[in-house]
Amino acid sequence: MTAFLQQLVNGLSLGSIYALIALGYTMVYGIIKLINFAHGDIYMLGAYCAFLITTYCGLGFIPALLISMVFCGVVGVLIERIAYKPLRHATRITALITAIGVSYVLEYATQYIMGSEVRTYPKLLTSASFHLGPVTITMQQVYIFVITVILMIVLQFIVQKTKMGRAMRAVSVDEDAARLMGIDVDKTISFTFLLGSALAGVAGVLVGIYYNSINPLMGMTPGLKAFIAAVFGGIGSIPGAMIGGLFIGIAETMVTAYGSSLYKDAIVYIILILILILKPAGLLGKNVREKV
Amino acid sequence: MKGKLLKTFASSVVALSMLVGCSSGSGTASTELKEGDTVKIGLNYELSGAVASYGQAEYKGASLAIKQYNANKDSKYKIKAVKMDNKGDASESTSAATKLMTEDGVAFVVGPATSGASIATYPVADQNQVPVISPSATQVDATMNGDSPYEYAFRICFEDSYQGKAMAKFGYENLGKKKAVIINEVSDYGKGLTKVFTQKFEDLGGEVVATESYNAKDTDFAGIITKVKDKGADVLFIAGYYSEAGLIIKQAREAGMDCTILGADGFESEKLAELAGKENLNNCYYSTAYTTVNASDDLTAFVDAYTKEYGEAPNMFSALTYDATNLGLQALEKAGKTGADLQKAIADAKFEGLTGSFTFDKTHSPKKSVLVVNLVDGVQTEAVSVDPNK
Repeated sequence: MTAFLQQLVNGLSLGSIYALIALGYTMVYGIIKLINFAHGDIYMLGAYCAFLITTYCGLGFIPALLISMVFCGVVGVLIERIAYKPLRHATRITALITAIGVSYVLEYATQYIMGSEVRTYPKLLTSASFHLGPVTITMQQVYIFVITVILMIVLQFIVQKTKMGRAMRAVSVDEDAARLMGIDVDKTISFTFLLGSALAGVAGVLVGIYYNSINPLMGMTPGLKAFIAAVFGGIGSIPGAMIGGLFIGIAETMVTAYGSSLYKDAIVYIILILILILKPAGLLGKNVREKV
Repeated sequence: MKGKLLKTFASSVVALSMLVGCSSGSGTASTELKEGDTVKIGLNYELSGAVASYGQAEYKGASLAIKQYNANKDSKYKIKAVKMDNKGDASESTSAATKLMTEDGVAFVVGPATSGASIATYPVADQNQVPVISPSATQVDATMNGDSPYEYAFRICFEDSYQGKAMAKFGYENLGKKKAVIINEVSDYGKGLTKVFTQKFEDLGGEVVATESYNAKDTDFAGIITKVKDKGADVLFIAGYYSEAGLIIKQAREAGMDCTILGADGFESEKLAELAGKENLNNCYYSTAYTTVNASDDLTAFVDAYTKEYGEAPNMFSALTYDATNLGLQALEKAGKTGADLQKAIADAKFEGLTGSFTFDKTHSPKKSVLVVNLVDGVQTEAVSVDPNK
């Protein structure tokens, strides 16, 4: 039982990271129906941005987090403006392939500038841990979980309660109708990229601190898993992304604990296959009938 | 499509050049050398690509050895280095070796750094009767062609499995540990080490209570660590490279796993301490071919010369290559000829270098003992020599 609870804590902190990345996937998909494969690399850029700020400018955790959020947000908006906007009314596959191209550009540009070797963070957060009964929890795990939950609540508030959020939801339902209602569609889409990318930036910083190891290709696997988390939760749904992320994290950890650590990646892809067969709209996804 | 065509074309050119190598190869055998002759030596390294850091370090080690040889007034020959970049790719490595041996006519080749790229050059070496000395091809049976070794292939490092044995012996006998947990990378390196470590540790009377595996580039090991933590092991053997081992050590220590940690030469990097955190690197031992702890005068002189030349400290790879190059040069002076005579001089060499003294066994691997270093706050403080076969 102790081991189970401990594994649950491990799974929650891993899942929180996936959830943060999945939020960006789900928002972008929700609004322009594009699977933004460059999203995992924005997460990587967030990690590198905070690495540079903390290592060479000597700033602390909070400023590094905020600057990385702003940096990733701006990069996200730029990518949308340069790469996706001209293709907004092209076929979906065109945009998808462009997204993969952007992903490679970011990965290899970073590799070119920063080198391909692993980098380590200076110590930003205490690595102290405390015991809750028999379970050991590190402060970093607490930070990760709490920050993820807070950001998710803020995001839900923005989407549901603010004027911008209403615009986002409107564009998501029908872009043309939204435009006729006087909504600035371009601005709304940019804002969505800004939010999603900033969250990926947060995830990058947290991972950099928690694992103390970053490299230019670090976004590939978590990006893919976060995408699966978004599909699992119902792509387009914010609480769905959160639940999906946590579920994938816990599933991976439990497979390691009670099966073999070699199957932990396999299980994630099996989940993807099952969800696509059994409930393609995802856990919380709405089944929208396609207009013909 | 175009790329594919090009590739097919390129590989057929390589195949063709190898055929040509076959026929002209015998002509280059055993040239008599006169004092003062200029002799070419091939340096075939991973100068770019994913494993460039090894190749670069080795290239520097070899260049320093050649520079020092040329500066020495007692040297018989003038050495000219010819370098080739194999990009860490086996087929590039084959064509690089072919070019060095057939077009440049080198006396011997030092390199490549990695096992795969090295093995790809051995058949070419035999065909052209030009010795290849690999500084760091540690893969099990790398120099073997079936039951016998490639005649012209040599390596001066111990192989992976040898270290696994040494660490099992060190853990059981020197440290008195009885129960081991192994965490290994899913790769030839990790699996090979795990196999021999388990065998040796259990032969000695110890018990391996759990073996867990991970993939290269994984970052989260909390699941594995929680699983093995309560198995009652008094020693943890990590069979992998520093990039993941550092994270495993960090996460294990933070989870309260404070048993002894053992590793192999995959730990050899200054990044290990950065990744794991200095405070977590205590009660930790790993095997290596090179350490500056208790350095001899020769080693200190090498470190000083290297640091002066390149502005950075040498590592295991540069030291091994320095040795490999000197071994070749000494054999060349002794033989006074290239080809078969040089091969014989290398095979019979009794070499004393920075990474230990050795002679070659019948597999063309060195008979030398493994150094086990311990870490205190991430810094090497002591080195013990372990011979796993005794």
